[in-house]
Amino acid sequence: MVVPLEYYLGVSVALFSLGVIGVLVRRNVLVILMCVEMMLNAVNLAFIGFADYFKAVDGQMFVFFVMTVAAAEVAVGLALVVAIFRNRATVYVDDLNLLKW
Amino acid sequence: MSVTIPSFTLSSIGPWLTLTVGAIFLLLLDALSPKGRKAYFPQLSLVALGIAALQTYCLWGRSGTDFARMIYLDNFSFFFYFIFILGTALTVMLSRQYLEDWGKNLGEYYALVLFATAGMMLMASSAHFIMIFLGLEVMSIAVYVLAGLFREDFKSNEAALKYLILGAFSSAFLLFGMAMLYGAAGGTLYLPDLAARLTDKAFVSTPLALLAVALLIVGFGFKVASFPFHMWTPDVYEGAPTSVTAFMAVGVKAAAFAAFARVFFLVFPSLKVDWVMVLWVLAVATMTIGNVTAIAQTNIKRMLAYSSIAHAGYLMVGLVAANQLGAVSLLYYLLAYTLMNLGAFGVVILVGRKKDAYLNIYDYSGLGAQHPVLAATMALFMFALAGIPPTAGFVGKFYLFSAAVQAGFIWLAILGVMNSLVSVYYYLRITVLMYMKPAEADLGPVAFSPATTAVLVATAVGVLWAGVFPGFLYNLAVNSVKIFPGM
Repeated sequence: MVVPLEYYLGVSVALFSLGVIGVLVRRNVLVILMCVEMMLNAVNLAFIGFADYFKAVDGQMFVFFVMTVAAAEVAVGLALVVAIFRNRATVYVDDLNLLKW
Repeated sequence: MSVTIPSFTLSSIGPWLTLTVGAIFLLLLDALSPKGRKAYFPQLSLVALGIAALQTYCLWGRSGTDFARMIYLDNFSFFFYFIFILGTALTVMLSRQYLEDWGKNLGEYYALVLFATAGMMLMASSAHFIMIFLGLEVMSIAVYVLAGLFREDFKSNEAALKYLILGAFSSAFLLFGMAMLYGAAGGTLYLPDLAARLTDKAFVSTPLALLAVALLIVGFGFKVASFPFHMWTPDVYEGAPTSVTAFMAVGVKAAAFAAFARVFFLVFPSLKVDWVMVLWVLAVATMTIGNVTAIAQTNIKRMLAYSSIAHAGYLMVGLVAANQLGAVSLLYYLLAYTLMNLGAFGVVILVGRKKDAYLNIYDYSGLGAQHPVLAATMALFMFALAGIPPTAGFVGKFYLFSAAVQAGFIWLAILGVMNSLVSVYYYLRITVLMYMKPAEADLGPVAFSPATTAVLVATAVGVLWAGVFPGFLYNLAVNSVKIFPGM
């Protein structure tokens, strides 16, 4: 069975939008980081869909880079969350309000 | 089965290799050397940067691509290498005294700064979207860590986390833009190929290409701190260690503009009508928001953050103009901005003293009487940022706005000049405070370290030199932008 390109893109756009909404709406840093991951995986899906459709390998290669970088980013992000939790005992962005205009 | 490895020359990525090896060496040294003998890290990083500068000098004039067409070798990237190396070297010199005051003069700080610089170079010379993404992330992840360097400081924590979340969020937009572009151009991510395919209207799915342009503008806009993606800038600049703020304000912005300019000038000339209008609006909005909000600030770092947003707006004028002078002025102004902004942050570090105790702008009152030379230097940088002759800031703004006029954007130039007038208010306020207000309290001694003094002297001389004799840098920049079609 061949899955048409539109299906890949549809799921990808839906996942990306959910991720964006999640980042904007949720208040827990961990959930926000997960939503960012969801956006990155939506990108991966789009890349794979296009790579399959055009039979061009660049897109699939890109996915590996995105996954690696996402892992590094989350490692730094979680380290920062731990540092903040030690100092302030919170993981909610509403409590991070020292810096404001 | 045999695998052929495409031929490549290691010397074409010499500066990256030097910086990466230097950074790894510093990390090893940090782990292996006994406590209390770590004073030489700044010197070692400066040596690595010096070698990288020498290698860039030897590369100057080369053209073409290397590593299976993954990177460009051209004067455009080499010019940016020089900007990054200069910015990083000045940051390293500013850092030592400041970090020691906080008890944080750590080896990994210098290693991360060098890694970030290598990432910036990757961004400036990439010929493939994977490389742009990798460069962006190598730079950004290092800078996230640097922003959170003061682990016990609440503000530093908060700044780093905000920067990380918004940075990752914007990278996702940039990546989605790349994916859409990949689809629009039918499965290629090489910049030269994309440029060729996008001119072929029959081949390109235009809505997808336009969506890609929009998403790329969002992604790059976040990194250069343009409206409406500038909200993170003041918070992060205020909370991060001052030396890191200086590094972010000049290095990260220059790297993002390098990739921004290369992608839009090289890949999207065929969609110029569409993106020029968007960037026109963003440039004007960015300048205005930055300048108007800066007036209300009382924290000097926050004021410089809004000033940095305003400068992103001025720099976008060069992108909107999209002619030879526009690209030249972009390069010239980024170099000038590196000098004047690092100088200003140098003074902020000196006046801030132990653990940033004096960051309010009213702490500058009476500085002119107590430390005349320091005050004069700060005044010079403020004049330069405001764009008053005979400084580099004036020449840069002159080039930018004449580029806009040349390209037919008269109103953009007029709005830009009006914005510069607004900005004079808050820059001059610092000068007025320093010279015309009595000190609220005794400022006490300012600890001049030799390295910081050297930075202030070098940047002050550089700002004046580039302002009085801009010809040399102008010619270098003209030489650098020849790679773009029609320039």
